[in-house]
Amino acid sequence: MKAAVITFPGSNCDRDLSDAFRAAGCGVTEVWHKDSTLPEGVDIIGIPGGFSFGDYLRCGAIAGRSPVMKAVADHVHRGGYAIGICNGFQVLCETGLLPGALMRNAGLKFTCKMQTLTVATGDSVFTRGYGEGAEISIPLAHHDGNYVIDAEGLAALKDQGRVAFRYRANPNGSVDDIAGILSENRRVLGMMPHPERVVDARVGGTDGRALFAGLVDALADA
Amino acid sequence: MQEPAITPDLIAAHGLSADEYDRILEIIGREPTFTELGIFSAMWNEHCSYKSSKKWLRTLPTDGPQVICGPGENAGVVDIGDGQAVIFKMESHNHPSYIEPYQGAATGVGGILRDVFTMGARPIAAMNALSFGAPDHRKTRQLVHGVVEGIGGYGNCFGVPTVGGEVRFHAAYNGNCLVNAFAAGLADTDKIFYSAASGVGMPVVYLGAKTGRDGVGGATMASAEFDDTIEEKRPTVQVGDPFTEKRLMEATLELMATGAVISIQDMGAAGLTCSAVEMGDKGGLGVRLTLDAVPQREDNMTAYEMMLSESQERMLMVLRPEKEAAARAVFEKWDLDFAIVGETITDDRFIIEHQGKIVADLPLATLSGSAPEYDRPYIETPPAAEMDPVTGVDPIDGLKALIASPNHAAKQWVYEQYDSQVMADTVRAPGLGAGVVRVHGSDKALAFTSDVTPRYVKANPFEGGKQAVAEAYRNLTACGARPLATTDNMNFGNPEKPEIMGQFVGAIKGIGAACLALDMPIVSGNVSLYNETDGKGILPTPTIGAVGLLDHLDDLIGGTARDGHVAVLVGETTGHLGQSALLSEVFSREDGDAPFVDLDAEKLNGDFIRANRAWIDMCSDLSDGGLALAAFEMAEGSGVGVTLDSGDTATLFGEDQARYLIACSFDKAEALMIAAGKAGVRVETVGKFGGASVRFGGSEAPLEELASLYRDSFGAVFA
Repeated sequence: MKAAVITFPGSNCDRDLSDAFRAAGCGVTEVWHKDSTLPEGVDIIGIPGGFSFGDYLRCGAIAGRSPVMKAVADHVHRGGYAIGICNGFQVLCETGLLPGALMRNAGLKFTCKMQTLTVATGDSVFTRGYGEGAEISIPLAHHDGNYVIDAEGLAALKDQGRVAFRYRANPNGSVDDIAGILSENRRVLGMMPHPERVVDARVGGTDGRALFAGLVDALADA
Repeated sequence: MQEPAITPDLIAAHGLSADEYDRILEIIGREPTFTELGIFSAMWNEHCSYKSSKKWLRTLPTDGPQVICGPGENAGVVDIGDGQAVIFKMESHNHPSYIEPYQGAATGVGGILRDVFTMGARPIAAMNALSFGAPDHRKTRQLVHGVVEGIGGYGNCFGVPTVGGEVRFHAAYNGNCLVNAFAAGLADTDKIFYSAASGVGMPVVYLGAKTGRDGVGGATMASAEFDDTIEEKRPTVQVGDPFTEKRLMEATLELMATGAVISIQDMGAAGLTCSAVEMGDKGGLGVRLTLDAVPQREDNMTAYEMMLSESQERMLMVLRPEKEAAARAVFEKWDLDFAIVGETITDDRFIIEHQGKIVADLPLATLSGSAPEYDRPYIETPPAAEMDPVTGVDPIDGLKALIASPNHAAKQWVYEQYDSQVMADTVRAPGLGAGVVRVHGSDKALAFTSDVTPRYVKANPFEGGKQAVAEAYRNLTACGARPLATTDNMNFGNPEKPEIMGQFVGAIKGIGAACLALDMPIVSGNVSLYNETDGKGILPTPTIGAVGLLDHLDDLIGGTARDGHVAVLVGETTGHLGQSALLSEVFSREDGDAPFVDLDAEKLNGDFIRANRAWIDMCSDLSDGGLALAAFEMAEGSGVGVTLDSGDTATLFGEDQARYLIACSFDKAEALMIAAGKAGVRVETVGKFGGASVRFGGSEAPLEELASLYRDSFGAVFA
């Protein structure tokens, strides 16, 4: 299985995400934001956390218009897989590859802490390894993680079982405690917490492992 | 533009004394131009020249087999084995942070990160030691919010984990807050970059952000006291852009890997002036700069403004000429400015050209090397008066008073605003004791702590200086790390006052003695003087930042206390209450002497902890609040109650040094006792962990109630 991890100027979790893919046994190619094509045979694209373009204008807004995002959209429209974490989630929302938007935290402060998440669906390559209803501990670190979507959009997410993760104690004001969502074809995941930071027992925990391992298993079978 | 005439008022406004100006006349043999006056003021102010402190800084121990590069470069370099080095420094941004808290603190973080990556190291950890005025002072709340947000805003975006620090409050900081920023980075020992230029005719290259008018005269501002004109000083504070800094770091590290860099220096205090002069001076060369080539953010900037601007996120570099195209390509990739602004020359001159005219022509080595150096008169702090007796307190009431105070309450409100996890190597986040970060891709880890107890330093500068180092040593030891080296950030009042200078001298002597005894040489540091407002100085605050090494993550003492664990106290308890947290928080008293620091006992007990880590589940050093606070913090952090046998105020709250509290099983405690007997270390069982309450002697309260008080008190005051 092959992953491509995109680096925008200001990305700062690109290395961590690449390492988490590699630890799960997945080959990784690093892709620069000015590239307009992706490497051949990429199965999944990782859009990492950080402050792409300094979060200037709006989080993810400038990155969403980078040359590489056209190639990412083509990949997704062809049914390819993608995961956006933190700033990556913001970028996916900005490009319309996922619905909704991420606003400033309700408490107006940047917040970094361990968070208990409930896995809201096991029906995706990302969440299969956990199973629905599982509780996992994953850290978050963001200033703009307050997920908003209109009533119709929220109803669609819920009806189609596309809420991937919910916070047990809402840290940022997100509607319906949403921490992560899936695209309609369930192949694109956006989430605010950082699973790539918890893939080693000696550093924070291992609750992020199942996401990457599940992904590699599923795509290896495909 | 007509340059202003050099008048006594103009000279004074540049922070230069009449004597210093006479010296300038003597050196150059004529009246300086306006730009030259600015350059001298930039090089000779206290902040850049260390003119009051140099004599004493030289007495500090800076050597050791582990030291690759001591003070004098952008940061200190220490060997951690396997061909790797940790590169670190702590630096103050006090004056700017008081004037404009968000930007002042943000650019403090930016400056220290730049110091680290300028040497070729990728920053891997940050800490911040903050001192604010009384919690109820009218400025404090705004400063706390602004400073914490500024630190987070910069560090989080840049992408370095903030893993430790201190936050304290005292009325002595009402008019001068302290913001001491620490950063550490990692590099291969054969890929470290220094600032000494070499080779004649080599291009001097300007990198990073454009130059604006911000921060002109900042270093001079930071070398003076505050008065009621402080609002007028806002324009001297720089504005930070962490996004540019992140790109500058990536571009710089990428460029270094190409072999194009001969020498490099970040533009910090006094910007272009200081960086160019340092590179030339260290390399024994002259430098010619053409300011027309400097990338400028604003129109019609004068030579004076460009030479003194402290615009952030800029670097100066001497480049291998044959690599120019490759170097330019790296910077273009990251959308950063890259401009050749001058060259190295044989003559010992610092020549500045602007619009076809030579606006400054000064002897470079003299400019750098002949800064005034003062042997300021000092008066040693007199011995503390005999202390009045201390009334006993109900121990739980005493504990509650401590943990309800913003000084000793949990600081989650602060630390959660910092990204402590980015880079995915954080083994231990801020909270209890030292922060620990894995060396990426290895099984090693580095531990970081910052410590000082200003009350002690004021009462007894020598013991207080020793104690700051000893506490850092203990915090590193308590997580199992071997202390390696130290950076010092000396924050004091006006050194022209003999009693303030006496505090400085005493603290330096204490720090030196402790660093020597504990083998923690000083490898970098910073001095911030004139922390005074309307003639009132801060508490003397020599912040010690220290780094320790864990050869293997398995050596970490990082467990928790569990039901049935024994509480084992290491070290001698006499019940020293002078200058204690209890006195200050419960009785509003700051009398008595600082506790005596027995450096032999520190070493012995520290070695004992490291040698016997197999028997230790959890360990904490004893400092502020003594045994009572350490036991509570361990219990709270483990979610289990604790019982201490003694209910005696001095036993529980005394702040004797060289002590640790350990939690371990009964069997392990027995093994510890035997080992202690052999090592000649004093250990005693003082209670046990378990249950759901905290009981000290005959006094008791539910853990949950105390934990809520501890967790919520800080936010209740500042949120």
